[in-house]
Amino acid sequence: MARNKEKLVLLLDVGPSMHGVLPEVEKVCSMLVEKKLIFNKDDEVGVVVFGTEETNNELMDEVGGYENIVVLQDIKVVDGDLIDILKKLPRGTVDGDFLDAIVVGMDMLIKKYKGIYKGKKRLCLITNAIHPTKDSLEGSKEDQVGTLAVQMTAQGMKMESIVVRGILSQDANKRIMDENDRLLSIFSKKTRSRTVYVDSPISLLGALKTRRVTPVTVFRGHLELSQQMKIKVWVYKKTQEEKFPTLKKYSEKAPSTSKFATHQVMVDYEYKSVDDSSTVVPPEQRIKGYRYGPQVVPISDAERDAVKFKPEKGVKLLGFTDASNIIRHYYMKDVYLFIAEPGNTRAILAVSAIARAMKEMNKVAILRCVWRQGQQNVVVGVLTPNISQNNKIPDSFYFNVLPFIEDVREYQFPSFNSFPASWLPNEQQQMAADEFVQMLNLAPSGKEEALLPEFTPNPVLERFYHHLELKSKQPDAAVPPLDETLKRITEPDLELDFENKSVLDSLCKHFELKENSKLKKSARRLLPEKPSGSNGEDGNGNVSDARAVDSIGQEPVVKIEKIGDLTPVQDFEVMMTRRDNPEWVGKAIREMRDKILSLLTNSHGGDNYLVAVECIIALRKGCILEQVSPSPSLCFCCCFFLNLLCGFRCFCLMEPGPYNNLMRYLYRYCQEKEISTFPKLLASMDVTLISKSEAVDSSNFTDDEARRFLDKIKPEPKD
Amino acid sequence: MDLDPEDVFKDEEDDPDNEFFQQSESSKEYVVYLVDASPKMFNTTCPGKDQKDEIHFHVSISCIAESLKTQIICRSYDEVAICFFNTREKKNLQDLNGVFVFNVAEREQLDRPTARLIKEFDCIEESFMREIGSQYGIVPGSRENSLYNALWVAQALLRKGSIKTADKRILLFTNEDDPFGSLQGAAKADMTRTTLQRAKDIQDLGISIELLPLIRLDEEFNVSVLYSDLIGLDSEDLAQFIPSAGQKLEDMKDQLRKRMFTKRIIRRITFHIVKGLSIQLNTYALIRPTVPGAITWLDSVTNRPLKIERSLICEDTGSLIQEPPKRFQPYRNENVKFSMDEISEIKRISTGHLRLLGFKPLCCLKDYHNLRPSTFVYPSDQEVVGSSCIFIALHRSMLRLKRFAVAFYGGSSRPQLVALVARDEITTAGGQMEPPGMHMIYLPYSDDIRDAEEIFPDTEDDAPRADKDQIQKAAALIKRIEMKDFSVFQFANPALQRHYAVLQALALEEDDIPETIDETVPDEEGLARPAVVKAIEEFKLSVYGDNYDEENDHLGKEKVGGASRKRKEIAENAAKDYDWADLADNGQLKDLTVAALKTYLNAHDLPVTGKKEALISRILTHMGK
Repeated sequence: MARNKEKLVLLLDVGPSMHGVLPEVEKVCSMLVEKKLIFNKDDEVGVVVFGTEETNNELMDEVGGYENIVVLQDIKVVDGDLIDILKKLPRGTVDGDFLDAIVVGMDMLIKKYKGIYKGKKRLCLITNAIHPTKDSLEGSKEDQVGTLAVQMTAQGMKMESIVVRGILSQDANKRIMDENDRLLSIFSKKTRSRTVYVDSPISLLGALKTRRVTPVTVFRGHLELSQQMKIKVWVYKKTQEEKFPTLKKYSEKAPSTSKFATHQVMVDYEYKSVDDSSTVVPPEQRIKGYRYGPQVVPISDAERDAVKFKPEKGVKLLGFTDASNIIRHYYMKDVYLFIAEPGNTRAILAVSAIARAMKEMNKVAILRCVWRQGQQNVVVGVLTPNISQNNKIPDSFYFNVLPFIEDVREYQFPSFNSFPASWLPNEQQQMAADEFVQMLNLAPSGKEEALLPEFTPNPVLERFYHHLELKSKQPDAAVPPLDETLKRITEPDLELDFENKSVLDSLCKHFELKENSKLKKSARRLLPEKPSGSNGEDGNGNVSDARAVDSIGQEPVVKIEKIGDLTPVQDFEVMMTRRDNPEWVGKAIREMRDKILSLLTNSHGGDNYLVAVECIIALRKGCILEQVSPSPSLCFCCCFFLNLLCGFRCFCLMEPGPYNNLMRYLYRYCQEKEISTFPKLLASMDVTLISKSEAVDSSNFTDDEARRFLDKIKPEPKD
Repeated sequence: MDLDPEDVFKDEEDDPDNEFFQQSESSKEYVVYLVDASPKMFNTTCPGKDQKDEIHFHVSISCIAESLKTQIICRSYDEVAICFFNTREKKNLQDLNGVFVFNVAEREQLDRPTARLIKEFDCIEESFMREIGSQYGIVPGSRENSLYNALWVAQALLRKGSIKTADKRILLFTNEDDPFGSLQGAAKADMTRTTLQRAKDIQDLGISIELLPLIRLDEEFNVSVLYSDLIGLDSEDLAQFIPSAGQKLEDMKDQLRKRMFTKRIIRRITFHIVKGLSIQLNTYALIRPTVPGAITWLDSVTNRPLKIERSLICEDTGSLIQEPPKRFQPYRNENVKFSMDEISEIKRISTGHLRLLGFKPLCCLKDYHNLRPSTFVYPSDQEVVGSSCIFIALHRSMLRLKRFAVAFYGGSSRPQLVALVARDEITTAGGQMEPPGMHMIYLPYSDDIRDAEEIFPDTEDDAPRADKDQIQKAAALIKRIEMKDFSVFQFANPALQRHYAVLQALALEEDDIPETIDETVPDEEGLARPAVVKAIEEFKLSVYGDNYDEENDHLGKEKVGGASRKRKEIAENAAKDYDWADLADNGQLKDLTVAALKTYLNAHDLPVTGKKEALISRILTHMGK
């Protein structure tokens, strides 16, 4: 739809004081275009930078003035080149004048569309507005801005200004800043403009709405206070999750050179009888069945439609109640917005009066809503007032869906007071916690609230569009690491932590945590999981982990072919029990041993030891169990491997061999590296060599010898 | 309906909480309904609904029937047995006299309730005298003790399953407070002793016996004669017993049909508080939309379940695709391909843990900062000892300082910022209303928040604001229409209740569907009270002046009505351009454009959806051809 197209001019300040945030500006602008390329392909965008050394714009050519402003890109339909331009913004050398830039931008829009185009026209200004604007030739700056504003409204343009302030623009002249703010506020007052101030790189990335969604009403009609009193309202969505794009399935069957291939995949469903899989039941012969106890009751759609609950469309007031009766965590869904019918002054007044009265009295309203005729269910929810801070915007309501009784699960939890005294914090601990909660403040007074949802972009989407762009140039591009700026959403702010170091330290000092050593399962959690891309480690090694996790509890179904990092013991056991090929046992033992060695060598401060010991125990058990079915070829491999490692000679050809050899190797390894904790751990778990009594055919050790080995590996106390 | 992603991916593991939390939360219930069928149950009445007297036996039966109908929807995995005593016939495994275990085909004696059981039980009263019969089991001169026998049979029925996994109960319905009253001397003492011993043995096995006495108006049910000893009541409980038992009977009948969920941990997560301090939390879903239950597709001819086979077919070549296909996104005139590994890699931006970022005052959590139902978190010392201590300390600080915590939750489905809001425990006489712990509220990103309110500002003028008087009138109105004790536990989901009612009617082949009440409709009576009407009228006057009706009519229907009427007029005129009958006869309808065909459909108020063939056939049907 042509009417729905947007014409946008980006006005970007690239002066020296902006250089610090230009990388973020580049990112957010290119993301804007990347999204347009997918969702709004017909939108047109132009780019103007100001604060440059050079000057290149039509107004200068025509009337003179307007220096240091370059039109990087005339308004045109979005394409890939635009992204390349935005990714490499020039670094300017002069302090720019944003008013001049606005004039240039408006001029471009007016010239290009000459009042023919009635659709959306928008200017988007990103600046820090800390440098003085030029005095106008006639009248005050205010008058000049006033004239501009009138013109802007007449042309049906909107403007969005993002002003970068705070730590991002220190030591600026206060007087000039105030003047600029005043000028910008005139735009906000007189036109359909929005000015936001941001003071962190994250909020700069979040401040610009990168995807344009045309709002659609959920409901238009009456808000019924009673039969006699109805207010006309429109209902919109206030929040709705922007989902990860649904990607289509790609078929590689058609040759990639074929021009006409769509490469699309069709998903076909066939319904077959459980008893007889040869007959296919046509879709119209299906009928829905619902469980009733152990039986399934068929109910056809026609039957169901005839008797099902059919509420009438409408939004009705049930009553008002104290705000404290509605607990915040009962909110069930994304949020709706109720506004009075636009242009209907009386309705706007009625909404305003009720909203303000509710706010004063701290009340909320309970509504019953049926948005559409034919909707299958009613929605009961809470209406809360939204008093507008902006004079131009009418008061409105937010609406949140509340649960029905059926939706609330009444689980019981022990009261904290019923805990044993040792589990409750003592006075010092409570004080440390109090201080911690107080000091680690993300919304200190006088500063911008950090991580405000309105200004925090979704890092996953950013990463996806970034990767998409990379792949379009180089199809095998690897997944890029998470953007450094956005990483700060996922991790604590180091600066804040540093400022409060003493508080954090005291918290750590007052509370002691211990791993529950009785619990074997905990081994799984000891392994550090790293986010992908964070340290540039490869993502391939994790594939078998994913499978390993699946395997718990249903081993025989999922075929484990590799010992992963998460559940090495389980993986090993599964591989040992695989009977489809005798080589699995050998492979399992080999891999397990490699795993144990790598666990030890990669251990920092002993964090892997517990896992390693568990692996050793599993290996030991496996070796004893498997002694009846020796496979010499395997042992040859082991010996070879071990010989390489430690120069030991392998005598036995049976399974306990690898285990005992490994133990002796470990003993040497620990001695060499002077590791004492690991042997101690082994000793405490009673992990000995495999003795002759356990494996008659294959071990040369008596019970005593096996046991003595343990004493041997325990390090002698060094004095 | 929406599926909660966490429900889909939730851990299938059981709930091995540590010993501290194992407060006999069994997952199943085994119940034996033990109903006295002595002639006294048939002869005595109590006032029922509509001031009509109902006989005691009928009261017990209908109470059990209602309870079964609720149970089959709420907790269909629970098992029940129904057993009468003081009967003429006998039917039980031990072959004891005076005890009859009621059952239907395809069902064990203690088993899940089936539609057939409920249906046949519903009409048991008609055939009871003929097939089972009523007769006093304890008579002088006989050594039979039907109460003893009944308890023995019930105990044998409940032998199934371990007490650790199931709650076992015997519910005893009777109106005889002194079953051994007809006996004398040693015989009476002996029978009393053996019966009490049997009851004690049963309770020692972990089975609880509950008594539901049926009471006559003129006669007291004296619990202390026998039953207080039998069910093990203290003297303190004694006074409370009769009223609360009456209540219990009522409750059994009026239970809400609500699917019960067993308490389970969705996920165990690690909560990083600061570097080097990570505690363990369990997450629970306390609030989730309940849906009518899973659908099983059936073959409508055979009523046998169907299985669904999905196959992927290449659109270009028509060949079957075996391996999981790659995904693509059209971008810059080409298809950019992604493997599934790459996509999960993109989504993995953090560890699967919860990472504390800081705290904010509660006022920073706006009403529109919400996307999904919240998740409850509760500490666990199971793997990391000391977790509860830190959690409680933070919980108390946050409550006292009125702060919530902001954390990043790196889950696999959607990593996002969450608010952790501490809630204190709230208990009432009825039990715990709100558990102590924190609620994890999923915060939106800037991409998820829309500014719909900003799309319609008038460019010149400020938006109208209500004046003092109007606000005052609104406040008066609010006071009038106030719901004092509103709680979210007030409304049952009318669609769901209706669905259950329909399901029951179809399953039991009942003729009419039980009435369900929509509790969510406004209280019209209350709104029609003069004081309320007056407040509304005053508010209306202060905002709309005298022309409320006029404006409403003018802006509303007239305008829309006018436009649509006009459209219809045009359509009717256009439809006259063709000789439809002639076209239809000559089979020339297919030569017209879809738009032209639609003019006919519009003119005759027919649906205009579907393909061209559908439109043509619809026109032909309408013409009767």
